[in-house]
Parts: sequence; C-alpha cells; structure tokens
Amino acid sequence: MFQQMRKKSLGIALLLVAAFCFSLLTAGCGGAKKEESKKPVVGLAISTLNNPFFVDLRDGAKAAAAANGLELVVMDAQNDASKQMANIENLIQQKVSVIIINPVDSKAIVPAVEAANKANIPVITVDRSAAGGKVVSAIASDNVAGGKLAGQFMVEKLSGKGKVVELEGIPGASAAVDRGAGFNAAIKAAAGIAVVAKQPADFDRAKGMKVMENILQANPEVNAVFAHNDEMALGALEAIKAAKRTGILVVGFDATADATKAVNEGVLAATVAQKPKEMGKIAIETAKKVMAKESVPATIPVGLELVKK
Amino acid sequence: MSEEKKTRFAFVRNLGPLLGLIILCIVLTGMSDRFLTMDNLLNVTRQVSINAVISVGMTLVILTGGIDLSVGSILAFSGSITAGLLSGGQALLPAIAIGVAAGAAMGLVNGLLITRAGIPPFIATLGVMTAARGFTLVYTDGRPITGMQEAFRFLGGGYIAGIPVPVVIMLVIFIAAHIMLTKTKFGRYIYAVGGNEEATRLSGIDTKKILLAVYTLAGLLAGFSGIIMASRLNSAQPTAGAGFELDAIAAVVLGGTSLSGGVGTIGGTLIGALIIGILDNGLNLLNVSSFYQQVAKGVVILLAVYVDKKRKGG
Repeated sequence: MFQQMRKKSLGIALLLVAAFCFSLLTAGCGGAKKEESKKPVVGLAISTLNNPFFVDLRDGAKAAAAANGLELVVMDAQNDASKQMANIENLIQQKVSVIIINPVDSKAIVPAVEAANKANIPVITVDRSAAGGKVVSAIASDNVAGGKLAGQFMVEKLSGKGKVVELEGIPGASAAVDRGAGFNAAIKAAAGIAVVAKQPADFDRAKGMKVMENILQANPEVNAVFAHNDEMALGALEAIKAAKRTGILVVGFDATADATKAVNEGVLAATVAQKPKEMGKIAIETAKKVMAKESVPATIPVGLELVKK
Repeated sequence: MSEEKKTRFAFVRNLGPLLGLIILCIVLTGMSDRFLTMDNLLNVTRQVSINAVISVGMTLVILTGGIDLSVGSILAFSGSITAGLLSGGQALLPAIAIGVAAGAAMGLVNGLLITRAGIPPFIATLGVMTAARGFTLVYTDGRPITGMQEAFRFLGGGYIAGIPVPVVIMLVIFIAAHIMLTKTKFGRYIYAVGGNEEATRLSGIDTKKILLAVYTLAGLLAGFSGIIMASRLNSAQPTAGAGFELDAIAAVVLGGTSLSGGVGTIGGTLIGALIIGILDNGLNLLNVSSFYQQVAKGVVILLAVYVDKKRKGG
C-alpha cells in the first residue's frame, strides 16, 4: 500500500516535470540561449498581445532591438493590471537595463514604476502613460490631435449636422480620455451635431459589437460612429450590418490591417493611423540613449494621419 | 483504515505535489541564475499570496463537494468598496472591515442560494459571480478607484521583519485553516459533508449550517484578498480578478484535493498555488512567450486532474 502510494507520488512529480519541459521545448528553449548572449537586455512589459496593434508595437520594437544590438524580453499582461505588476517585478529580478512599459492602467501601474525606480532601472512608457513614479520618457501618439482629426472629418462629411455615437475605450486609459477630448472639441464647433450615445466598449471588438447593437436598439436614427479604436469600430460595423442599417458613417482609430482593408473596401469611412511599429522603434532607440546616459525628452509625440478612401 | 485517517488529516495528503514543486524549483535553478535568490523567492511568494488566500476558501468549498465561481468577482467587489471608502476619507480599519464584510455577505448569499433555494453550487455561484461584477461596475462607474491614504499601501506592499506583508497574511491564514480543518469539530464536519452529505445529515449534524459557514468563509477570504490587491496596485480595478476562480480551483486540484469532495488538505493547496505561481515566474524569467505559458499551465492542470482520477480508480 505504502509502496504503491510512493510510486504514484513519483508519477505525479514526473508528469509535472514532463509538462514543464514540454513547454520549454515548444518555446524553443529560450533559457539556454539566454545564458550565452551578453547583449544588454531591455524589458518590454506589454498590456496585451491579443490585439494586433500591440503585436505591431512589439514587432517594431523587436526589429529595432535587433538592429541596435539589444536583447528584448517581452512580457504580456493579458490586460490584467496585477499580472503586469508581477511581470515587471520579474523583469526587475532579471536586472534588465531599461524597462519599457505599455501600461494596462495608467494608475495601477504606479507601484510597479516605483519598484523599478527603487531598483534603479530607468522606465520608459509607450502608448499609455503612467500617472506617477519616475518615467524618463513617455512615448505616445498625440491622441488629442488624432481625435480632432476624426472629429473634423466627421463634421465635414455630415455637413455639420447629425446624430453621433461615441464608443469609448477602457475607462480611465489615457488614450481613451485624450481621443475623446480631441473628438468632442472638434464636433463642438458644429452646433448641429449631437452625441446621442456614449458608451465604453473597452477597445474590444466583441464588446464594440454588443454595445453598438444595444445603441442601435435604443436609437432609431444614428448618422455616424466614432470608436476610440479600430477593433470597436469593426465590431460596430458588424452590429450595423446585422441590424440592416445603412448610411452610418463609422470612423475608427489605429489603422490596423483589418481596418485599412475595410477603408479600402469602402465599409469603414476612415481611421486615424497611429504608428505602432514606429512607436516600438522609437521606444527602443530611446532606451538605447538612456543606457548611454544621453538626455531624452520627457514626452515624445508620435505623428498621426487620417486614412480614408 | 487507520492509514487512511492518518493521510486524510495530514498537512499534505501525499508527497506527489510537493515532489513536483521541489523538482520544478531544481530545474528552474539550473536554467536561470536569477531564480534561486532570496529576492526572487520573496517576489514569487508575494505574487502567489493573493491566489493562495482565495484558494484556502476554495479548498473548504471543494471539500464539501461544491465549487465557487464567484471569488474573482467578490475580490473586485470588496477591493472597490474598501478603496472607495478610503478615498472618501473613511479610516483605515473600518474601511477594510466593511470590505471584508461585503465579501462575506456575498459568500453568505452563495450559501443561502445553495442551502435554502436548493440551487446547485455551480449555478448559484455563477449567478453571484455575474451580479457581483455588475455591482462593482455600478459602484465604480467602470473606472479604477485611486486616492487612498498612504498607510493603506502597507497591506500589499509593506514588510514585516523583511517578509512581505501579503506573505505573512497568507501564512497565518493557512495555519489557521489547517488547525481548523484538522483539530476542530467544524473541520471534521466539512470533510463529512463532502464525503456523504446525506449520511452526515442523518447523523444529526446541521449540514446546511456547515455549508453556509463554508461559503461565507470563501467569500470573506476572496474579499480580503481583493483588498490586499487594491493595496498592492494602490488602486481598485473594477475588472480585477477575472478568471481568478479558475486559478484557485487549479491550485486546489493540483494540491491533491478531490473535486468530488471529502478528501484533501490545506497544505496541498499551498503547494498547488506555489506550483502555479512558480511556473508563471519561472517561465517569465526564462523569457518563454506568454502564449506558451498558458499552454504549460493548461497541461499541468489537466495532468493533475488526470492523476487525481487515476488515484481514485486505483
């Protein structure tokens, strides 16, 4: 009986180890490789890789890191602020030279930034900013200007009057706040334009669709939709199509591959192009400057442009 | 029989999970020179503490043969209430006490739905999970709450004798739960309810009361862990804790507690929670892509359940 139990215990242990080794093997045994390289390491703590925008940002950073002779360690918080905190603690444990953070939440990231400060590791934020702690440089699109671009386009297309819906990003995220501010400033110039619904859909396509479905139920007349990102805009388009409503102008933000295609097909009226790859590249270049103790600007705005057919 | 009794009330039911944990640590030490440092070990235990505290409640629930899906939502609910009270100028201890009580109240609702309304635990706690998340979003207006007094950060970010406060709290809760399960009548009744509810009821024990207490405790612990998390992030996130119920269930099952109830230990759960946390930390340190990390976690959980099934069969 005891013998048997011991055998089983050993079995469980072996299975656990096997599973662990399996995961390492499938991941290409990243650990063994790391020991060999002596390149300076930069950590990138990203909010989520379940969104093409941030995948582009990572790809831009990866390419720039390779070009600049740096090793890049990417950590994915899966949009969970507490997971991001753990990710950054783990980067601090690895004693990376610089930590580039793309925060899940501007406020919840502050203790993590402070932890990096305490470990004397310089912090750069990218896309979203941190509400506190010491950040050497904040790299972000000029979102207020981008929101204005979208608003001005809408005013022009609607000839200054109509009923407008705003799909907001994650409440409190600086990108959502700024894009909304720029957009609302632009449409305020046209007295005939009224925002009939304003709802958060968390930058998520499925939520964008669901929220838009509900808004369409509640509002028999909608002339245009501004979504704080393309994922929500594309979700809204699905909802509009499903409700068999026509003549609704949808404007997104980010110019992801899907959205650009939709603009070319004439389904999406326009999207504001951020340059996520450029952002990733600038982040790495800034990190390199920080490592060389060169001075860097406290904020680096990255340009935007309106993509329309 | 005597041997069964001995293993049932031991701190750890068998050595399998512990051995797994030790081997995992040895492998990681060999692969990363950053793993086995005091700094990283404190770091990883602090990361584990929130899931571990939730998992204590989950262990009690699963021992009775039930399940609690609402813990992640209760975490966000309690965290938001305490943070909201604090940012509104409430004193520290009352704010924490009210947050914990709110979690316990949610747990009590779970218990009442199960024992009085006769709704199966899976469905009852699924309903409370959704409602508690809704309440949290209503209370916070969907926005993170900040602006708590500086002293609040001690709970999640402070140290006692060099050990992170959440780790101290976790250890105290584990020891208390272990003593409760092994040394008190209440603890023995929890096992009895999970082993055979009908027989336990017929032997004159008020099984409904036991279940009410267990679900209330699970809610209380989830609420408390939510307050620790709000302190750690110095902000309460309305979306915090999504999916945490699954991590807690995984920790309990990895620790050798049977999903059909009546068998399991609190020490096993601690080891289960450590395995999950160390797996995350180790794969992070080794720079394994987060996508593969999820694959690894899934495989480990499936294997543990499979082994549990085999053990019961054999």
